Amino acid sequence: MSHDLVVSARFGIANSHTLIVAQAHGAYTQLSTLLAQPPQSLVQTVIDSGLRGKGGGGAPTGAKWQLLEGQAKPRYLVVNADESEPGTFKDRHIIEHDPHLLIEGILLSCHALEAKAAYIYMRGEYRFWHDRLQSALDEAYGAGILGAHSCDITLHRGAGAYICGEKSALLESLEGYRGQPRLKPHRPEPEWLWGRATIVNNVETIASIPYILYKGAQAYRAMGTKESAGTLLFGLSGHVNRPGVYELPFGMPLLEVIETYGGGIRDGRALKAVIPGGASTPVLTAEQAKNATLSYEGMKLAGSALGTGGMIIMDESTSMVDALDNLLAFYRHESCGQCTPCREGTHWASSIVHDIARRQPRSDALPTLKNIARTINGQTICVFGPAVADVINGFLRNFPQEFA
Amino acid sequence: MSFALTPAHAQRLEHLRSRYETPRSLILPLLWMAQTQEGYLSPEALAFVAHETQLCVADVTSVASFYTMFALSPQGHHTIEVCGTLSCHLNGASQLIEALQKTLGITLGQTTADGAFTLKKVECMGACHEAPVVVIDGVYHARQNVQSLTTLLEETRS
Ligand SMILES: Cc1cc2nc3c(=O)[nH]c(=O)nc-3n(C[C@H](O)[C@H](O)[C@H](O)COP(=O)(O)O)c2cc1C
Ligand code: FES
Repeated sequence: MSHDLVVSARFGIANSHTLIVAQAHGAYTQLSTLLAQPPQSLVQTVIDSGLRGKGGGGAPTGAKWQLLEGQAKPRYLVVNADESEPGTFKDRHIIEHDPHLLIEGILLSCHALEAKAAYIYMRGEYRFWHDRLQSALDEAYGAGILGAHSCDITLHRGAGAYICGEKSALLESLEGYRGQPRLKPHRPEPEWLWGRATIVNNVETIASIPYILYKGAQAYRAMGTKESAGTLLFGLSGHVNRPGVYELPFGMPLLEVIETYGGGIRDGRALKAVIPGGASTPVLTAEQAKNATLSYEGMKLAGSALGTGGMIIMDESTSMVDALDNLLAFYRHESCGQCTPCREGTHWASSIVHDIARRQPRSDALPTLKNIARTINGQTICVFGPAVADVINGFLRNFPQEFA
Repeated sequence: MSFALTPAHAQRLEHLRSRYETPRSLILPLLWMAQTQEGYLSPEALAFVAHETQLCVADVTSVASFYTMFALSPQGHHTIEVCGTLSCHLNGASQLIEALQKTLGITLGQTTADGAFTLKKVECMGACHEAPVVVIDGVYHARQNVQSLTTLLEETRS
């Protein structure tokens, strides 16, 4: 399938992370022209493009940006480079191969949002990528692309906490607190950093902005589906022959992507299950995967969610009990501990499934697990809890025979 | 003993002050500087961070203890982290952990008696396409197996 590459166009070019090479291949060429346009017209183009956030939630970016309308200044943009959802490893490729695309996206977004400064919150483990992005920022400051007349961009390093990818926990962390999510407002409103109106967007979302503003909303919309415009850096990992990231338009059949891009299942085995969009999306059986397409609406129809597009592929040799045991150990470790149902529920569910895995299940394991999932769901400050409940229910619903 | 930033870090701190609206936001950058210098966060370092951010030591310690990458006690000379999350698990992470425990004679979370190695199991490192992943002293090593890991360990030791 031929389509434009929105965020990975320069990935294959040698030294594409350096300013001189990025510029030779189109970076920053229309920056000053676009910065001369009124902010509102840039926001309108982003609205018209149908761009949806690529951090997992898929919220329409333009509508979110409009939440800043009428808000006092200073305002801030925060770029989410926490990338900790298991199965997800896309943003690091943008940072590694094209950091200047991200910087240009930030400059354009800050102009559109009339934001005074931007912060990039990057997971602490990404030391190499931190240094790579900092070098690119230093180069951009040195060349005057960033500086006195632009917004400042500050790279901020996290320190190992999955929950800091959740936008309000991220802001707490950026403010110097423990990374615990904030209570959600009842009506849509911006986020708040130091009490100032703030927008939080994923790395890939912001890296899509240059393409959209250079080529226009229609060019972006021409790719993907009606409800899922454009492209996504899909990830393949687990039991595939060619794991990696592939930028594809939304709407492709899931199995075709596994075959064509992933090179099929390793050792010629049969597919058993797919977790389609990062660990927190419900698992699909091979049967459910058959007709599934990779779009927000397609994944919903299949009984799961698109999430981050990071697919974890499992072959017929996989024990689903073992897989759920592994995932629950993750959630148990990463619950921030703030809400009792989540803190206690993840521990409890994890130990019950672990007992099933070592063939010493308690007699009421299944009803207890379902009960725990129900107790977590809807009773917590952030959606970490409901995601865990969905994960548990997905495994129990789709592979009941293995948990019996 | 007292703690002081290296001149390069002190300069970086001054630069960062203008970037944040509150001194409190400097906690994570300062903790990173301190840990980079000393290998862990000593009580003196925590007191220093508290002073710089105009907070009390208990507050800074509470924040530091939330984040798994901050060490509140001295660590081995080298840190070996094996990712144990699903994509790595599906590709043999458990065998790697078993082999490492045997070779080093320690269990997860422990440090060898000579202080050379600390062994940890960590959650998804964002490198699932390179599973199983082992991170040594912050550097990612893709697609490891027991053999390649043995070589890597020897190289790290020497
Ligand atoms: C538990 C949890 C973890 C999250 N982790 C990330 C992450 O690592 N990176 C990310 O961009 N968004 C993450 N998100 C989503 C963010 O809260 C937020 O919606 C996103 O950064 C907004 O950007 P977008 O609209 O551009 O996607 C997470 C959400 C939750 C509930
Ligand atoms: S599961 Fe090991 S890096 Fe993601």
